[in-house]
Amino acid sequence: MNDSHYCPHTPEEIQEMLSAIGVASVEELFAPIPAELRATTFNIPPGMSEFETFSRMQEIAGENSQGMTHFIGGGFYDHIIPSVVDHLANRSEFYTAYTPYQPECSQGTLQALFEYQTAICRLTGLDVSNASLYDGGTACAEAAMMALRVTGRNKIVLDCCVSPFSRQVLKTYLFNLDVEIIEIAPLNGLLDRSALAAVLDDSVAAVLIQNPNFFGSIEDFSALAEQVHGVGALLIGSVYPISLGILKSPGEIGIDIAVGDGQSLGNPLSFGGPSFGFIAAKKTFIRNMPGRIVGETVDRNGTRGYVLTLQAREQHIKRHKATSNICSNQGLCALRGLIFLSSVGKEGLADLAGLNRDKAEYAKAALSEISGVTLLQAAVTFNEFTLVLPKNAAAVVAGLLELGIAAGVPLGQYYAGLENCLVVTVTEKRTKKEIDLFAKELEVALCN
Amino acid sequence: MSMYFTKEHEWVKVAGTTGTVGISDHAAHELGDITFVELPKIGAVVKQFGELGSIESVKAASDIFSPLSGTVIKVNDALEIAPEVVNESAEDAAWMAQIEITDEAELKNLMTQEQYNDYLKTL
Amino acid sequence: MQLIYEQSTPGRRGVKLPKTDVPAASALPESLLRKERAGLAEVSELDLVRHFTNLSRRNFSVDTNFYPLGSCTMKYNAKVLENAAALFAPFHPMTALLPGGEEFCQGTLGMLYDLGQLLADITGMDEVTTQPLAGAHGEMTGIMLVAAYHAAKGNKAKKKYVVVPDSSHGTNPASAAIAGYEIITVPTAPYGDMDLELFKKAMSDEVAAVMMTCPNTLGLFNPHIKEISDIAHSFDALMYYDGANLNAIMGKVKPGDIGFDVIHVNLHKTFGTPHGGGGPGSGPVGVKKALIPFLPQPRIVMDSAGKLLLETANPGTIGRTANFFGNFGVMAKAYAYIIMLGREGLIQVSEQAVLNANYIKEKLKGHYDLPYDMTCMHEVVFSASKQLEHGVHAIDIAKFLIDRGYHPPTVYFPMIVKEAIMIEPTETESKATMDAFIEVMIEAAQTAESNPQALHDAPLTMPISRLDETKAAREQNVCCAW
Repeated sequence: MNDSHYCPHTPEEIQEMLSAIGVASVEELFAPIPAELRATTFNIPPGMSEFETFSRMQEIAGENSQGMTHFIGGGFYDHIIPSVVDHLANRSEFYTAYTPYQPECSQGTLQALFEYQTAICRLTGLDVSNASLYDGGTACAEAAMMALRVTGRNKIVLDCCVSPFSRQVLKTYLFNLDVEIIEIAPLNGLLDRSALAAVLDDSVAAVLIQNPNFFGSIEDFSALAEQVHGVGALLIGSVYPISLGILKSPGEIGIDIAVGDGQSLGNPLSFGGPSFGFIAAKKTFIRNMPGRIVGETVDRNGTRGYVLTLQAREQHIKRHKATSNICSNQGLCALRGLIFLSSVGKEGLADLAGLNRDKAEYAKAALSEISGVTLLQAAVTFNEFTLVLPKNAAAVVAGLLELGIAAGVPLGQYYAGLENCLVVTVTEKRTKKEIDLFAKELEVALCN
Repeated sequence: MSMYFTKEHEWVKVAGTTGTVGISDHAAHELGDITFVELPKIGAVVKQFGELGSIESVKAASDIFSPLSGTVIKVNDALEIAPEVVNESAEDAAWMAQIEITDEAELKNLMTQEQYNDYLKTL
Repeated sequence: MQLIYEQSTPGRRGVKLPKTDVPAASALPESLLRKERAGLAEVSELDLVRHFTNLSRRNFSVDTNFYPLGSCTMKYNAKVLENAAALFAPFHPMTALLPGGEEFCQGTLGMLYDLGQLLADITGMDEVTTQPLAGAHGEMTGIMLVAAYHAAKGNKAKKKYVVVPDSSHGTNPASAAIAGYEIITVPTAPYGDMDLELFKKAMSDEVAAVMMTCPNTLGLFNPHIKEISDIAHSFDALMYYDGANLNAIMGKVKPGDIGFDVIHVNLHKTFGTPHGGGGPGSGPVGVKKALIPFLPQPRIVMDSAGKLLLETANPGTIGRTANFFGNFGVMAKAYAYIIMLGREGLIQVSEQAVLNANYIKEKLKGHYDLPYDMTCMHEVVFSASKQLEHGVHAIDIAKFLIDRGYHPPTVYFPMIVKEAIMIEPTETESKATMDAFIEVMIEAAQTAESNPQALHDAPLTMPISRLDETKAAREQNVCCAW
């Protein structure tokens, strides 16, 4: 009878409840569903025990190849996760709560999100942050929609050095709206500034750039920010949070809205999610921000506390006029991000960023020394860089996968004409030994 | 100066061809503590009962509709910094915009103070 | 409680980083570097652990308190699901997108494919995309599929509107607006469902879709649903099913069988994955055959040999709604939940969710106004209108419940019920828990009459009393100054 141990009633209790309701059977409670609409099939397999379920999940995980050495990024990065992140975020008082609608019994979540917003503001050098978005791609789309609202214009200029995934998400979000999207093709792994200047005028709502970009290049966008502001448009920057340990912050650059994916901040790769998207902006744009925002206030006794604020922007009040449709966000992943940043700390994040760059520079030297291999960009890079191989990168990558090395992201499928290019990522987790082995295997692969 | 009301609880005070617009005490009370007033841009052309701006409290947001057609010539910037004035003085200090009226005949679509008071009793 | 930043001591660290085994790189040009370090916390590991452990104790949660938050399905989250999801932590999503990479990800791709098949059966749909990251994200994806469908038929310009009942979740109109549609809102009739006659008047060739929650946000199953979908289809409008309330109907009725063309499912509601203090959720979208050509990419397909592949170049696709394959970790939990409960278990889930809601409805209807007094499904909506006569609002009752250790039900939603109190007990709560809750709800109703001030003063047992939300909204202090 009791197929689910998560349904606790005994048959006697069910009888008592049915009598209280005044019906003879549970089935009677489904009487409002007209008989002719009832399901005629339900082909879910029979259930199993907890132990069998876990074994089955282990089997599934085992069907993926194990122990791959990652030199791939593309928006998700293989970084260290301090043990405290799992232990604290997995406290069930955090993970089995929901959106803190009732602040008196949700101060844990609310204060943590206020601390998260603070961390994001300090990291990006901007004034206001929300309590998280879904991921880096949707954050780009939300930022673009925010710029459309702020400026009242309907044109977005996209630097194609931005992740092709994020660009595709943005285009999908905007596809049925009356918005023109202009794409600027990359120039040697950098923003083509003259092509951008040619389209930049006072009809543009925003320009979207990424730093470091999909090729790994770091650029100085300070002058661009002035240029964009000169026509009354906003500069949106998608950034890699670990790099902000050392790189100029979006605020210092003059970026109006900074976005990014928070996976690298304490969230496992987990085949692509959950991670979280972050968004931060100058204070003047706060009413156009999407999603939940936590604000500080006081209670009746003057004690400091936190609440969800500016809710009149949101879908549950403003419905079709809301700044976004987002309701559930990625709160627990944002909490992981906060714990990660607080664990690594002020000096630690700079050290971690430096470590990434050291490893990547070592790999860059080792790999570009291979005969026939050159670097696409002269620009400086962070922990990703683009190699130009003497042959099609896709085939090389497929071969190295067989050896347990995920060698990088071949660019051919994303950029026509760059079929020989390979974006290589090197995080702090990669050892000299792994990098040396990769260089050796790449050399062999290129000789074949 | 005569004062007219809409069913959506906006008021307009007419002086010559200028109309000064705000929301009624009743509306301000219903909304609760006002936290934000979105004002129109000077020069904006508005239609009678068309959107003029919006107003927010902690748990509600509502549009402000223009009682008359016209062009916005002045806005009360002070409300952007001190939205609480709407709660303190909705029908006076918390005026929101002044418009240059284009069609006085539209006044016939509005209620007088007396009519509005009766209307409130029906709600 | 102090903020983590107020506990900082310069130079302190919470974790030791790996030692470098390579030479230091040459310095970056000054113009690319930040002037000051980001002002993150500087605390020891123990300080950090105490801080977040103590913060967690300032939360109510399903694991500590009954949490009958209507519309959110706060059921118990089985612990084995957490263990199962952790198995997939090391897998990089880019691996699958590399040339030939699918071969190395057959487990994870296979699980997503199987989950899609299971959800398709539960909902009566033909195919499911697992990409959407939450319920509202699924709604947006679903309405974009509708838009693509109409555009492909050459009707992009003609189709301008999406119809929603006034009882709908706010996300429905908000999602439809992002997808480019204007909204027509249809009022609820006295019988608790969208007014059929007004619905008929609202329909025209210009309507792209009708978005429904069924059972609706009043917890009622709409007996006219088939008629509504037939009318919608006669105008070539598609029927969208908001799956927020799927927990009521598993194995009983399939949205796909009763005329719905596209549906999203909230895995964090019906399929037992935790809500995370606001997320992550997961919002897979199921569609009928006619919409398959427009599904987001990459789409997981199975070849004749049973091997999973990624389709990335379908010309009809709406594109991509998220960077990778969706919230995989959440889907791993939902998949484990479904295979663990199985066919009979899922049916039992819906039966007992409905039983529990009706039990609470019967026990409380003498004490609270029940504006729609009929058999409900998985949730019941009361009104505090009787208590309002004594100056007591729904929010006061909510705060009283907090003092008694209960997370309050959803209040003030749906908006069409004055002083709404929306209770969703879920199937995982015992009769004893519900009986105790019912007692406290009755006590609240009695206190509203005898001592309304006591309700206005609540809560008194929490670390803080009621907060000044107006101050928060006016001052907009959303980041700790430094």
